[in-house]
Amino acid sequence: MTGIVSIRGLTRVFDVSRPWLNRVIERLPKRFLTAVSDVSLEIEEKTVYALVGESGSGKSTIGKMVVGLLPPSDGSVEIEGINLFTEEDDDKVELVRSDLSMIFQDPYASLNPRWRVRDIIEEPVAAKGKKTAGLAEDLLEKVGLSAADAGKFPHEFSGGQRQRICVARALASEPQLIVCDEPTSALDVSVQAQVLNLMSDLKDDLGLTYLFISHDLTVIQHMADTIGVLYLGRLVEEATPAQLFENPGHPYTQMLLAAAPKMDGYGREVPPPTGEIPDPINPPSGCAYHPRCPLATAQCKAERPELVKHEGRRIACFRPGENALI
Amino acid sequence: MSEPILSVRDLVVEIPTRYGVLRPVDQVNYDIGAGEILGVVGESGAGKSMTGNAVIGLLDRPARITSGEIYLKGQRIDQLPINEMRRLRGKEIGMVFQDPLTSLNPLLRIGEQLEETILAHLDVSASEASDRAVAALEEVGIPAAAERIGSYPHEFSGGMRQRVVIALALCAEPSLIIADEPTTALDVSVQAQIIALLKRLCRERGTGVMLVTHDMGVIAEAADRVAVMYAGRLAELGPVREVLGAPRHPYTEGLMGSTPLASQGKARLHQIPGSMPRLGNLPDGCAFHPRCPYAQDRCREGDTPRLKTLDGRTACWFPVATKAEAAS
Repeated sequence: MTGIVSIRGLTRVFDVSRPWLNRVIERLPKRFLTAVSDVSLEIEEKTVYALVGESGSGKSTIGKMVVGLLPPSDGSVEIEGINLFTEEDDDKVELVRSDLSMIFQDPYASLNPRWRVRDIIEEPVAAKGKKTAGLAEDLLEKVGLSAADAGKFPHEFSGGQRQRICVARALASEPQLIVCDEPTSALDVSVQAQVLNLMSDLKDDLGLTYLFISHDLTVIQHMADTIGVLYLGRLVEEATPAQLFENPGHPYTQMLLAAAPKMDGYGREVPPPTGEIPDPINPPSGCAYHPRCPLATAQCKAERPELVKHEGRRIACFRPGENALI
Repeated sequence: MSEPILSVRDLVVEIPTRYGVLRPVDQVNYDIGAGEILGVVGESGAGKSMTGNAVIGLLDRPARITSGEIYLKGQRIDQLPINEMRRLRGKEIGMVFQDPLTSLNPLLRIGEQLEETILAHLDVSASEASDRAVAALEEVGIPAAAERIGSYPHEFSGGMRQRVVIALALCAEPSLIIADEPTTALDVSVQAQIIALLKRLCRERGTGVMLVTHDMGVIAEAADRVAVMYAGRLAELGPVREVLGAPRHPYTEGLMGSTPLASQGKARLHQIPGSMPRLGNLPDGCAFHPRCPYAQDRCREGDTPRLKTLDGRTACWFPVATKAEAAS
């Protein structure tokens, strides 16, 4: 079975070398940063696939490659069976592109301050030369604003309302898949709840699929059907929220869940996690997590674990399911 | 309780503007005891940071304290001349800000920054200052402190940088630390490390901490007592277990309900309709009434409910718990 998105062996390497003249004079080698390393996953239609990880884990890079903003260095992303970078039939590419949309983190930076809301929302459709009469007004009402807001400018709205405008713009081209990159991180909790509820409702009404990127475990748990946990550009665990939160399998997931503040954890004392995310330019050998992992063995140091099926989920670990927190 | 380290009494901060006088902090009262962490929570614009800045005397003009009193260990500090306040700041009150990169000088080695602070506030020799700087770095858990002291801020990761900032706040042995969103810019695992560090230091040294954050989870784990702010006013104040576990103010109740919780699963989140009013356009009566599901006539007009004149816990005419009792 293949889903609406199928990602295979996806890898992205960034060249972070110094300018060539410096390299020549200082005799430095080229330096490469592997942001995403051999990630494979499927996103089923009408589900929410959530990517979670700390900063530098490659969440946003995957999101950008899925919508075609960044070409992959290796591997492929197929949406509805079409690879945006290798497909030669322009019509097919065009068709898939109109099924894709994106919502960004910062609603203050992602709306052009000089454009009226109507123009912002209609742009994805107008750019294709299609008719847009009444479209902005309809969409504004769908996301809980009023049709009269179409003539206003972004600065006249609060953060939550702006994010609603971003959602309306994302819906304009009637997409199937929306990539949401930290859509509520810039919002206060009460407003975050409004936007998350809106996104859930729209998903049910319009049959949307979300690739939901966030670092906030509580938001992920609330929204996701499937969760992929990323560490240093690698997918370390993939499971349903129930599996993941009740019984995290990978030592990194266990650490992440234990470290996340709990609403009912009054005065909770947890042994704080040790170490930090390693340098992605020189990642550790074998399993990237082994320097911080209490279960690490010689095998973890030498070999990189494959993402394999284990009790109804996928884990990249040589000792899956063992408790690393004692 | 012994004498509190910090007492804030009826503090009012005003900003005169062309459109009238705004009150980002409106009659706020609280105490922080020795070794206690007071969490101050609220949404953006609720006046959390403004309260902290008023305490350390770092209000940007034209904002100013127009009434109320601030006492540090019994000494009134809100009217101190600038020089004396400057001596107090750093010595008696340490500060930790949100962004660890902008609160360190990028052109000075961290050792120089620590020594500068120690020499400014403590009567010690230069060599002892540098010993103390190393000790401060060791205390906040920076490995190989003696070597790292010669590093520049950019050579540290985000979490390590925030540790340096905490070391900087602690090195003159203050009795109060104001931590303004100390972990907001950090990852979950690093956040847990920093929170554990703050709690340990607070317990071991008896330092009072004012922890300003918008993250209810951090408050629940770190704070002893919590103050919930809304539109510049205190909405609720009390032990963290009581305030978060059994909120009495409808705003606190709404905040707790809108945080995605493990137990709720896929159910819709509770949402507070609307958004916080602008300071220039506060409604009459209780500032929360347009968004409050329980609002009655008394909330819409007349006096603003105040914590102090009510039970000292909730600034609400009809607290949530009382309603439940009335229904039963």
